[in-house]
Amino acid sequence: MKRRSMMFATAALVSSLALTACGGGSDPLDTSTSDSGSGSSGDSITVGSANFPENVLLAEIYAGALEAKGVKVSKKLNIGSREAYIPGLEDGSIDLLPEYSGNLLSYLDNKATAVSSDEVYAALPAALPEGLTVLDQSTAEDKDVVTVTKETAAKYSLKSIGDMKGKNLVLGGPPEWKTRPTGVPGFKKNYGVEFKEFKSLDAGGPLTVAALKNGTVDAADVFSTDPTITENGWVTLEDPENQFAAQNVVPIINKEKASDAVSAALNAVSAKLTTENLTSMMGEVNLDQKEPADVAKEFLSSNGLS
Amino acid sequence: MISSVFSWLGDGANWSGPDGITHRLVQHLEYSFGALVFVLIIGIPLGLYIGHTGKGGVAIAGVANALRALPTFGLLLYLVIAYSGNLPTDWIYLGPALFVLVVLGVPAVLSNTYAGVQNVDPAARDAARGMGMTGMQVLWRVEVPNALPLIISGIRSSLLQIVATATIAAYVTLGGLGRFMIDGLSQRDYAQMAGGAVLVGLLAVALDLVMAVIQRYVVSRGITGRYALPAASADVVAAESSVSV
Repeated sequence: MKRRSMMFATAALVSSLALTACGGGSDPLDTSTSDSGSGSSGDSITVGSANFPENVLLAEIYAGALEAKGVKVSKKLNIGSREAYIPGLEDGSIDLLPEYSGNLLSYLDNKATAVSSDEVYAALPAALPEGLTVLDQSTAEDKDVVTVTKETAAKYSLKSIGDMKGKNLVLGGPPEWKTRPTGVPGFKKNYGVEFKEFKSLDAGGPLTVAALKNGTVDAADVFSTDPTITENGWVTLEDPENQFAAQNVVPIINKEKASDAVSAALNAVSAKLTTENLTSMMGEVNLDQKEPADVAKEFLSSNGLS
Repeated sequence: MISSVFSWLGDGANWSGPDGITHRLVQHLEYSFGALVFVLIIGIPLGLYIGHTGKGGVAIAGVANALRALPTFGLLLYLVIAYSGNLPTDWIYLGPALFVLVVLGVPAVLSNTYAGVQNVDPAARDAARGMGMTGMQVLWRVEVPNALPLIISGIRSSLLQIVATATIAAYVTLGGLGRFMIDGLSQRDYAQMAGGAVLVGLLAVALDLVMAVIQRYVVSRGITGRYALPAASADVVAAESSVSV
């Protein structure tokens, strides 16, 4: 263990030296160390993130909040999908990562039935592998929402997913929606809604945005924190049957590293995070092309967390 | 893993219906040959012109080779996102997908065509002119037949690239065999994903064999050296030439 962290520190030092010239902010293999708070609370925490911008931003926020409390932090961002980073958390190569409650639960326990925010959070501790735990969850949620344009919503008077019943619309979503209970089969089971056609797009990515704009789909899967929703004035349909499980942002952490100081710092972040401020931060990252680290710093200082 | 791929391929239910292998295969062939038609319309006349006149070779070859470096997938996404609002509904995805396949396929056909024509034995060309042939006659009676093996091998490699790359059409809502690879990956149905990849591979090999047969019968025997020989040795020659195609 010790030897491994030595090797890691050396590798991190070498790569940070190599990358100082070019910034290297978004390199997926970038591992940069930062020594700002002299390590007053003992050993350091390695913050990881999944490979999409919002998760990187959240990881930067966690890292910044910990550094502000004098915790030594190293970052290992853009790791990949859950299949890649959960084993990393278990073997200790990363210690902390921002997660989404519902997806985490269904990854850990594919028979889980909890859908509401509280149920999911309550079910998590038992499902987690030994040695890992979750801290307080925030109200910020990044979940699938069925989104339609303002015109479509007005034309068919759509407010909730159930309103699409009998309207013969074209649905767009990620390819797995074709077969998964969160997709086409779920709409039929939970709301009795059937679609004229299902088009496979990317999960809330640029293709989905383009397809909604050019009208090849009437309704599409977009993520609730996607700034393009507010930018285009789109309407998100309510999901009263909780077809999409709650996805509150929650820190998942190695128990050994979750000291009182660390937990307090991260719980303070969770208390301040909301879907709205996360969406507007994502607007700065995606639309204004700001670095996640800078956006994280602004958030921390404006909320008194730095 | 491998046995699950074969059981996926062997399951009759996977072959029928709008999501079935048969329909996806037909779509894949439509995209591929649709693109190939445009590739031939663009690549062959341009290649013949450059090869015959010797004009513009450097410029066109430079452009064609630069096109080879374009990342097809990136270009496809860019076209869909940037221009999908301006295209008629049926072409929003099909147009960009065909366009990128054409861009991918043209260089091989173009460069093989003009290289084939340019490298025709100058003595044969001079002899044809000396016999009083016009420029067009030289082109069609001497240069094209001589360049045919190279032209067809350009078409073969272009078709191979197009068939293998037409899988990306599925990423932008279209069908084709790429549908299985992309859906299989995101549905974590790896048998479906690998099955799709196997089908693309088999299709590419099968089409290449068809093209090899076409090449054998289209290219003049004077060029391949397959003269009609006494019956005794004909089989040997046939065996040799089937190895060399």
